[in-house]
Amino acid sequence: MIELALRHAYADLELDLAFRSDARTLALYGDSGAGKTSVLNAIAGLLAPQSGRIAIDGEVLLDTARGVAVPVSRRRIGYVFQDGRLFPHLDVRRNLLYGVEGPHAQFAMMVELLGLGALLQRRPDGLSGGERQRVAIGRALLSDPRALLLDEPLTGLHAQARQQVLDHLRRLKRELRVFTVLVSHHADEVAALADEVVRIDAGRVVRQQPVAEFAARHARVIEAG
Amino acid sequence: MSALAPDDWQALALSLRVGFLSVLVSLPFALALAWLMSRRRFPGRILLESLLFLPLILPPVVTGYALLALLGRHGPLGALLGEFGIVVAFRWTGAVIAAAVMGFPLLVLSVRVAFDNVDRRLEAAAETLGAGAWRRFATITLPLSLRGIVAGCVLAFARAFGEFGATISFVSNIPGETRTLPIAIYELLNAPGGMPGVHRLALVSLVVALGASTAAALVAGRAPWRRRPA
Repeated sequence: MIELALRHAYADLELDLAFRSDARTLALYGDSGAGKTSVLNAIAGLLAPQSGRIAIDGEVLLDTARGVAVPVSRRRIGYVFQDGRLFPHLDVRRNLLYGVEGPHAQFAMMVELLGLGALLQRRPDGLSGGERQRVAIGRALLSDPRALLLDEPLTGLHAQARQQVLDHLRRLKRELRVFTVLVSHHADEVAALADEVVRIDAGRVVRQQPVAEFAARHARVIEAG
Repeated sequence: MSALAPDDWQALALSLRVGFLSVLVSLPFALALAWLMSRRRFPGRILLESLLFLPLILPPVVTGYALLALLGRHGPLGALLGEFGIVVAFRWTGAVIAAAVMGFPLLVLSVRVAFDNVDRRLEAAAETLGAGAWRRFATITLPLSLRGIVAGCVLAFARAFGEFGATISFVSNIPGETRTLPIAIYELLNAPGGMPGVHRLALVSLVVALGASTAAALVAGRAPWRRRPA
């Protein structure tokens, strides 16, 4: 469960939003520049909002009124950035294991789930866009996160890679029970992965609805996609 | 050209020792200062940068004199060190200090540029994966800046190897103790019949300089993440 309230003013955008959700996969849907990634950054701790409160499963990560701000490195948030951000000097195995503390019991399972077995010795610059994104997802999940943040995970991928990563994400959702926040401006991705959708427009929540309602509203777009 | 004389070997060995040790001693400080300048904004930063560049701008003889005033037997720091039986003025250790001071700005500048060029978003990614400041520095920032750090070390070594003004002012010219290669060349230049020795040592300097820059280029070129996949 996530409870979130944020206020933060940029030069060109004022974030002022609040929502609460029990969904296992929550999508933040909206146009580019609406403030969706800022919300993810605030959850991860990479953005320190002017005021706000963020709690996941009752664990308070930020509460500016009480002066609480858990450091980024102790938030246990697995963040899959839009640009992957794999470490270029480490091979895939070492990228995957970067956030792992102690014995890595989940490693083999994650490699199998994401189909990364053949890539372990490769470096990021030798991977395709889809492969890179799968490694980034595995790396985030192996760090034993309390929440997984996916920032436009399929953007920039060609159709086949996009479908592959989407299939892997669906499989992960079925087999792992990690609370996930997905940011996307593609209705078909949201419909395929989310349980609940928060629509954000110009820094504000304009609607929160179950995915079935969202899918019905966007049926034409989803079919076209 | 005749083979090197024992005095030549002595000067060469001393210059190499001074060069290596000055880089080794100043590297941890340079890394810390470069990181501070690259990653933090703090009051007095401009002043710190100005002080850092002083050895590059001041005549080296002035820097040497300042070191002597500070670290000489009667200088405030020198007297304090003397209490513990440590003397650096007119000793080879003083030559290391002079060389380190002269090479320090070049080392800090190179490392700082290298740190500036590391993608900060990668450090943020490491942070979300649980890495604290030290681990991020050791596993992301440092390896990704390795080329710049190596380049800085070579520059600082070259500066130290060729150091003359600050060294002769601070530790003078004592054969076997503080007579480095440039000081030996200067002495030979002023000695009757010294030209063959000057030529020998100039050639030695050239070989060392070429060797250092080639080694740096090789090390930088072998950074593993720069290899293209097969």
